[in-house]
Amino acid sequence: MKTSLSWLREYVELPAGITASELDAALTNLGMEVESIVDQAGTILGDLVVGRVLTIEELTGFKKPIRFCTVDVGRDAPQEIVCGARNFAEGDLVVVILPGGELPGGFKIGARKTYGRNSHGMICSAAELGLSGDHSGIIVLPVDSAQPGADGRAVVGLDEVLIEVEITPDRGYEMSVRGIARELSTYFGVPFTDPGLLAAPGGTTDVPHAISVEDTVGCDRFAARVVRGIDPAAQSPEWMQRRLVAAGIRAISLPVDITNYLMLELGQPMHVFDLNRLGGGLVVRRARAGEKLTTLDGVARSLDAEDMVICDETGPISLAAVMGGETSEWQEGTVDVLLEAAHWDPVMVGRTARRHRLFSEAAKRWERGVDPALPLVALERAVRILTEHAGGTVDERILDIDHVAAPVPLTLPADAPGRIVGLPYSAEQIAGLLRKVGCEVTGNEVLSVVPPTWRPDLVAPIDLIEEVARLGGYNEIPSVLPPAGSSNGLTPAQKRRRSVGRALAENGYVEVLSYPFVGPGLADTLGLPAADPRRSAVRLTNPLSEEEPLLRTTLLGPLLGTLKRNLGRGRRDVALYEAGTVFLPHLTSTAPPTLGVDRRPTNAEWAAANAIVPEQPWHLAVVLAGDIEPAGWWGQGRAATWADAIEAARVALSAAGVPDDLVTVRAGEQAPWHPGRCAEILVDGAVVGHAGELHPAVLAALDLPKRTSAAEIDLDALPDAPVVEAVKISTFPPALIDVALVLDRTVPAAEVQAALTEGAGPLLESVALFDVYESSQLGEDKRSLAYKLTFRATDRTLTSEETITARDAAVAVTASRFGATLRGA
Amino acid sequence: MSYRNDPYDPKQAALLDPASLEAAVAEAEKAFATAADLDALHALKPAHLGDRSPVSLARREIGSLPPAAKSDAGKRVNIARQAVQAAYDARQAELEADRAARVLVEERVDVTLPWTRRPRGARHPLTTLMEHMGDIFVGMGYDIVDGPQLELEWANFDALNIGPDNPVRGASDTFFVDLPGLVMRTHTSPGQVRTMLDRQPPIYVVSPGRVYRTDELDATHSPVFHQIEGLVIDEGITMAHLRGTLDHFAKAMFGPDAKTRWRPHYFPFTEPSAEFDVWFAEHRDGPRWVEWGGCGMVNPRVLTACGIDPAVYSGFAFGMGVERTLMFRNGVSDMRDMVEGDVRFTTNFGMES
Repeated sequence: MKTSLSWLREYVELPAGITASELDAALTNLGMEVESIVDQAGTILGDLVVGRVLTIEELTGFKKPIRFCTVDVGRDAPQEIVCGARNFAEGDLVVVILPGGELPGGFKIGARKTYGRNSHGMICSAAELGLSGDHSGIIVLPVDSAQPGADGRAVVGLDEVLIEVEITPDRGYEMSVRGIARELSTYFGVPFTDPGLLAAPGGTTDVPHAISVEDTVGCDRFAARVVRGIDPAAQSPEWMQRRLVAAGIRAISLPVDITNYLMLELGQPMHVFDLNRLGGGLVVRRARAGEKLTTLDGVARSLDAEDMVICDETGPISLAAVMGGETSEWQEGTVDVLLEAAHWDPVMVGRTARRHRLFSEAAKRWERGVDPALPLVALERAVRILTEHAGGTVDERILDIDHVAAPVPLTLPADAPGRIVGLPYSAEQIAGLLRKVGCEVTGNEVLSVVPPTWRPDLVAPIDLIEEVARLGGYNEIPSVLPPAGSSNGLTPAQKRRRSVGRALAENGYVEVLSYPFVGPGLADTLGLPAADPRRSAVRLTNPLSEEEPLLRTTLLGPLLGTLKRNLGRGRRDVALYEAGTVFLPHLTSTAPPTLGVDRRPTNAEWAAANAIVPEQPWHLAVVLAGDIEPAGWWGQGRAATWADAIEAARVALSAAGVPDDLVTVRAGEQAPWHPGRCAEILVDGAVVGHAGELHPAVLAALDLPKRTSAAEIDLDALPDAPVVEAVKISTFPPALIDVALVLDRTVPAAEVQAALTEGAGPLLESVALFDVYESSQLGEDKRSLAYKLTFRATDRTLTSEETITARDAAVAVTASRFGATLRGA
Repeated sequence: MSYRNDPYDPKQAALLDPASLEAAVAEAEKAFATAADLDALHALKPAHLGDRSPVSLARREIGSLPPAAKSDAGKRVNIARQAVQAAYDARQAELEADRAARVLVEERVDVTLPWTRRPRGARHPLTTLMEHMGDIFVGMGYDIVDGPQLELEWANFDALNIGPDNPVRGASDTFFVDLPGLVMRTHTSPGQVRTMLDRQPPIYVVSPGRVYRTDELDATHSPVFHQIEGLVIDEGITMAHLRGTLDHFAKAMFGPDAKTRWRPHYFPFTEPSAEFDVWFAEHRDGPRWVEWGGCGMVNPRVLTACGIDPAVYSGFAFGMGVERTLMFRNGVSDMRDMVEGDVRFTTNFGMES
């Protein structure tokens, strides 16, 4: 909403010297968001005065014609000024800025020599003064409109303070000078004159034009008046045009400008028809689906059965409340007009505006709510202004079809505001504040409150409480901590995410937070098989980019994209991690049950609704390329490999508190990993993720470095960290013994170790693989795995016999299970 | 002590002569002193402390003495031998200390050499900031609640008094999906709806997390961003409690001088509603008010839809943008830095923000 201070002052007696910052504070504390307050007088510094051109001397010999003028600016001697414009003559009144002044944009004016003459100041164009409008030459003021030497600002309309505020959607009444003036009068405690209370003649039984309203829900009031024989050439008065322009509305013609002016001032949108272009009586009704109407913007529209239209015998001529039609609108030469002021259903208007993408100034007001008491007042004002400036004869008959329901009184216990706000308001204070809003208040302990017609937003006691709090001043509310809650601390899942994130960061991984949007081609790029459930993704129906309409089913796609961005920016060694949700739709999708808002959904309804919500487990993924350990003065670096990715998964599981003995790592095959370098990570027998080197074809398709590795695990699939049982620490000495086993190369080391552990029995304290050796001497398909076994008893020092027996038992299991032999044996 | 009166043949006991012993001691001391290192010292040991050394030979001569003189001579020899041994030990300790000092000098390294063989990673500042904010509330007795990002429209809108005709439910603000009744949540408030459906008051929760709006990515907007919202429902909760909570949170975040300032505003889910600014004394361009978030008293319609009796309970809710907070708190000037995942941006923050 844009308006000007002088307009507001017509209705509210604001303090004379009110500053922009006082105005800003008032509007802000009233709940309006101040976009700008511009004091136009401050945009031009120094002397801007009216001048009369006394003489003009044409200077020749320059690239363009130049004039040397003498101008009477009300001083002893005429001012000598060089000017490049030509749209003025001797005797014209012009606007002059004198030396020492400054135009918008920091353009300083001085006395200077130019084109061989001394120039003392400048004759100004509208553009140079920062005004909109005609820029073709300097401003020539109307004859005798001012005296030379008078302040030029007032003359050109530069004495205004322009105000632009954002109005919240609940406060339609503030979309008018009337509403803002009322609010300011409340804030400053100064008198307010309500232009909406103008005494206007009521409807007559005999009507000026036949009109019927078929749908009184969509249109609960329709009023109209007729003026005939106006001067079609009459212009809107200067002051009106200026205010419209300040409000950001183009001046068009007197009748149209009047309706716009009154919409801005009262908040009542109106429409002006050319009476002679109406084909017979008017009907106000719902549109029929598919009915056609070409609106004023030239767009041929297909209407919806919910839209309201005004029709004549030819069919719809106006999209009610939103935009008029081409065939009936005022046009140049119109002499007989029908002025309409109605009241429309805000819900209907909002839907129509959105449906047709027509967010007109009128629609914005209807949607927020317009005072239904205004139509006759607005018509009276319109008729008066119109006849004053364009003559014509007013038809005495007034149409007013009024189905507006009277405001319903609200019941407000006097202690209710205090209970919500936390300040002890008395019943008198509450009544006083609500009366400022315009409410009628009766009662004492329980107040009966009738909201004013311009406040359709006041429908529940809480709305009144908000007004009490707001007008009482939000910043008057004390600051008190509530009684403390009783927290359970972080949930296991929250703790797990934090621990895992910290552990990976400490291990060299950098966290990223990628967008979860992916392209439909990603599944193919990653080589996901046809039946892979990750191919089934939720699709955004209105994605920002048509290239990425799907929600991720794996973190890897976006994460690899982020990896690539880092590589593209010159980074060679990158290790990233991300913890975030993936979106896994159910195979069948049905609409959720309709849930109301007048009561809690039943548990069954709520469960049924949640059953359609896709699973959104938290996953963890890492990707790594280049060196995991950099080269340096200490020597070579170490390239990241499949093993690092698997280790990252192990680190994550360990940080999540998953006991080691629940974790199994085994060879797996899962896209997008390299089939020979992919580990399946299991916890307690269930697969929770995969890790290893990515498939060379995937890396080629994504243009990523060879050997790029990755891991992804489902954090929500991990068991809660158990309470850890303490181990008994033995103080007896350990017995160390090494074994080198020769086995088939295909036997997984993890299984060999498990077999050793199983066979060694309870004396085994730890087992560590310290060498993997392959050679032709061992045999083509063989390899040697060398383990260091540490034995220790809790109650004694082990004898060498005991140790060897335990070792032999360990080896025996590997022998029977895998055919392992002791190397060198 | 006088040796002159000793009644034995001095020729047979020449080495026991006090002067000889003194000379032997002096000679040993002199020799040890000249030993340059431990090896040289060890080489000198037989000559001065070995079987053929003067003090050892002197001890043998004791046998030739008359019994009366033996005791006295024995004492003398012992004293001399101890003196030689002491000289040896002293020199040995000296040389060992020298050697240890020399080793330390030789082992000196340049401790300024970098040792970044296992570079650390980093956590995203939005993550750590959300944790920091969450922890403050946990300390105030709140639980942290999570909720789905792909959310029921009812929970994201209807239950929060955002009716079917509210423009924010249009495709120009909200991401819709090819599943009916679901949207990408536009705020973390549906998490609060879920909480109210799950528990009875008193409720003290905050819900941090990811939210979605159809804004193109630019310096100040992102279609995916983070919020943290709080909800308190209990008997007798007022706007004063809301103010107290926000003021306390502001102080915990921005120091003891922080406070909040409210402006009346409109949100469908709260009434009365306010936007609030925080006094941020540490701002790099000087202390100032900074827009921080929105708040208000939970609208009775929301309580009713969530099964909480507004006649018994009242509550407040508030929320702020995590990106916005990081921007003014840490001086991040471009939203894209938080989104793109450039490791240089994140690494700069390390493990905390």
